[in-house]
Amino acid sequence: MLSLRAPAGEESLAIALTVNGSARSVDVPDATTLLEVLRNHLGLMGTRYGCGLEQCGACMVLVDGQPAYACTREAGTVAGRSVTTIESLGTPDKLHPLQQAFLDEQAGQCGYCLSGIIMSAKALLDRTPAPTRAEIVTALDRHLCRCGAHQRIIRAVERAGRAA
Amino acid sequence: MSAPVLPTSLVDNPRLDRWIRFQPDRTVRIATGKVEIGQGVVTALGQIAADELDVPLDKVVMLSGDSDEGPDEMYTTSSLSIQMSGGSIRLVCAEVRAKALDRAALRLNCSPNDLTVVDGEFRQNGAPTGQDYWSIAGEIDLSQEVSGTTRPKPHGQYKVVGQSIPRIDLPAKVTGQAAYVHDALPAGVLHARLLRQPNPGATLAALDEAAIRRAAKGELQIVREANFVAFVSPVESVAQAAAVAAPGHARWEGLRQLTPAHQEAAWLKGQAAEDRRIGAPPRTEPPRNPVQITVSRPYIAHASMGPSCALAELKDGHLTVWSHGQGMAPLQKNLAPVLGLPLSAISTRHLHGPGCYGHNGADDAALDAALVAMRLPGRTIRVQWRREEEFGFEPVGPAMLVTLHVDLDDKGRPADWTTEIWSATHVQRPGSGSGFLLATEALPNPPPEVKPTDPTEARGGGGTRNAVPLYDVPSHRILHHLVQRGPVRTSALRGLGALPNVYAIEMLMDVLAERAGMDPVAYRLSILSEPRARRLIEQVAEMAGWTARGPGGAGKGLGMAFARYKNTAAYCAVAASVTVDEIVTVDRVWCVADAGVVVNPDGGRNQLEGGVIQALSWTLKEQVRFDDHGIASVDWDGYPILRFSEVPEIEAELVDGAGNPSLGLGECSCGPTAAAVGNAVAHALGVRIHDMPLTRERILRALA
Repeated sequence: MLSLRAPAGEESLAIALTVNGSARSVDVPDATTLLEVLRNHLGLMGTRYGCGLEQCGACMVLVDGQPAYACTREAGTVAGRSVTTIESLGTPDKLHPLQQAFLDEQAGQCGYCLSGIIMSAKALLDRTPAPTRAEIVTALDRHLCRCGAHQRIIRAVERAGRAA
Repeated sequence: MSAPVLPTSLVDNPRLDRWIRFQPDRTVRIATGKVEIGQGVVTALGQIAADELDVPLDKVVMLSGDSDEGPDEMYTTSSLSIQMSGGSIRLVCAEVRAKALDRAALRLNCSPNDLTVVDGEFRQNGAPTGQDYWSIAGEIDLSQEVSGTTRPKPHGQYKVVGQSIPRIDLPAKVTGQAAYVHDALPAGVLHARLLRQPNPGATLAALDEAAIRRAAKGELQIVREANFVAFVSPVESVAQAAAVAAPGHARWEGLRQLTPAHQEAAWLKGQAAEDRRIGAPPRTEPPRNPVQITVSRPYIAHASMGPSCALAELKDGHLTVWSHGQGMAPLQKNLAPVLGLPLSAISTRHLHGPGCYGHNGADDAALDAALVAMRLPGRTIRVQWRREEEFGFEPVGPAMLVTLHVDLDDKGRPADWTTEIWSATHVQRPGSGSGFLLATEALPNPPPEVKPTDPTEARGGGGTRNAVPLYDVPSHRILHHLVQRGPVRTSALRGLGALPNVYAIEMLMDVLAERAGMDPVAYRLSILSEPRARRLIEQVAEMAGWTARGPGGAGKGLGMAFARYKNTAAYCAVAASVTVDEIVTVDRVWCVADAGVVVNPDGGRNQLEGGVIQALSWTLKEQVRFDDHGIASVDWDGYPILRFSEVPEIEAELVDGAGNPSLGLGECSCGPTAAAVGNAVAHALGVRIHDMPLTRERILRALA
């Protein structure tokens, strides 16, 4: 693992936050993004870097239950808040029903977009347990998928909604 | 008896142990040179091995893309993996199974014919023998070369092939495991970012390193050699900040000059080109009943969801590179001369990456990482391209202009057909085409410009891919203007020239049907004898309710198209219904393919659907745009792709393969989808739009 401390002489920031239910603290250079904190400092690799521009949604996490782009979000702005990432849902051995629904539908090809999409779907299902297809499309429309797994992804969220 | 014709992969890698190994933990390792790029092929190859060996699927461990231990199967391209690697694995496993049974029979003092294999265990007349692959493995000489003489199982005996086995790699990907090369962050890793040479031949006249260091705000090394510059830091954001700032502090000389005209396919006409003539001899007599149609497709991007990434480490003189490229053996061979290392000093290993649709930046990122690693021995170097770098420097799919000159007979059928194609090369893969790993151009003594080539017709062609219609045409020729110097680097992108060529052929079919006063489906069937093709056209017409298709022209349209990918791979027919109201909305798509025996039907349908959606995106929205010096569409706002709200309902089916050999299907739905939409738009509007993408501006112009 990398050192959790910022290089000497740089402006640094001590941040305490809750990640997937656990209290965490990091000491990072000013303006470090939430994405880099998650991946490079906390070892949570499930949140993906896609564009760094809030245009593709690969980095979507939940901040206090609401979808948020981790790629541009300065880590300092989530101090004291609760961040939820894909790792909080389940593991291959103990899948979350939403993840199980994605496997049931084989909803993915390369899978690079899925972490972000699943987090947006989680936020949707948390507020709307059985969403309509239109609601799912609206919730996912800021996410891009290049392989063309869209239909399967929509079906997976529908399936998870039905199961809830 | 003549020797059996072996797949190229087996000719190149004849030793059995390059493919198969029985492991002490009672698994069998199957190695393939083909790699997972989002298409599910590694799962499918495992299914083939499990069936041929009669071992449970969970005892098959796949090794994919390892230059040290796996076979060299070149690149994972052209929808060939199931035919090529699958065909090889099938023969290898059949032969090893037979060898194992021979040895077991000796031990058991019986005939091999008395033995069967159940879950990897050998039974004699149905009874357990205590022998299995693993007890016999030590007595089978896997250093022998494959003979290819053992006949694999007939398809009627397949138990695992033909089943929709869930993808083995997806559980990690839906649970956010470290599934990709991007996620490998070993202790002490150094992050590197690049300042890219804007174009080959450009030279770095000045670089204000001090200003870049100030912008980086942290520990930073600058690795610089000629026009190659890398920013290296233990902190990823520091390397990133340096690279973001760098172009503003660099002065380049020898920049290419581009104009807006360069980004259009029409620019290709009149450029210096190698004129390739293929097929029937040139026609001498004047046409009696000529019809001509010209279509175009602009430059398009791979536009993968994640940027290219690679890791490299030089340790005790040995370089290991981790990459998401399409072929690890070719990468090893391509790196060696640039780095001045023998092949034996380089290991290349595949790790998964974001979706790959052809020759993207993955191999280039691998060289970037290797170059930095060579200068910082003992450290693991991780290079990740920036988003604007990915869009700006990946090789793009070439623009194409296609003109069909057809002479009709008295019944309105094509009697003579010339396909004229303008395109830059479709393959600048290092090692197999006319290109180099990108950073090679930035190093001292860059390689001399080489004459571009395109894939041969035997390999399916590049610009000429699918230019030969499958319809009954007595005389067909191709005049291929292989443009020598494109404005930007071009290379293989899913389907190569198939999309514009199928768009042209299938639009022509609708034009000819109209001239003949026939329904488009009926017209196609009237000049198509190939039964598998006819069946698909009939089937897609039925799926789409073709008989209820109205006269069109009122903003609603239904169109269809057909092609057999490369004329050698899977057959595919597509129908699309659209609503056109300034923009094209695709309402529904029906797709049916014949790919022979499909190893994993759900995986196959996933590929058909993905091909439909990607082709819709290309057809409706996509064009790489240039500014004065290079590619200017460098983010998702500048290069929009199809979104969830724009994806239609898609019905994708595979017909029963009827025991026919497996045919690659990963690219078969793209061309027919584009053409079906083009034809549906024409049906909706009453006018044809020949140039892709079918944008609002083009529709308004067509209606004006």
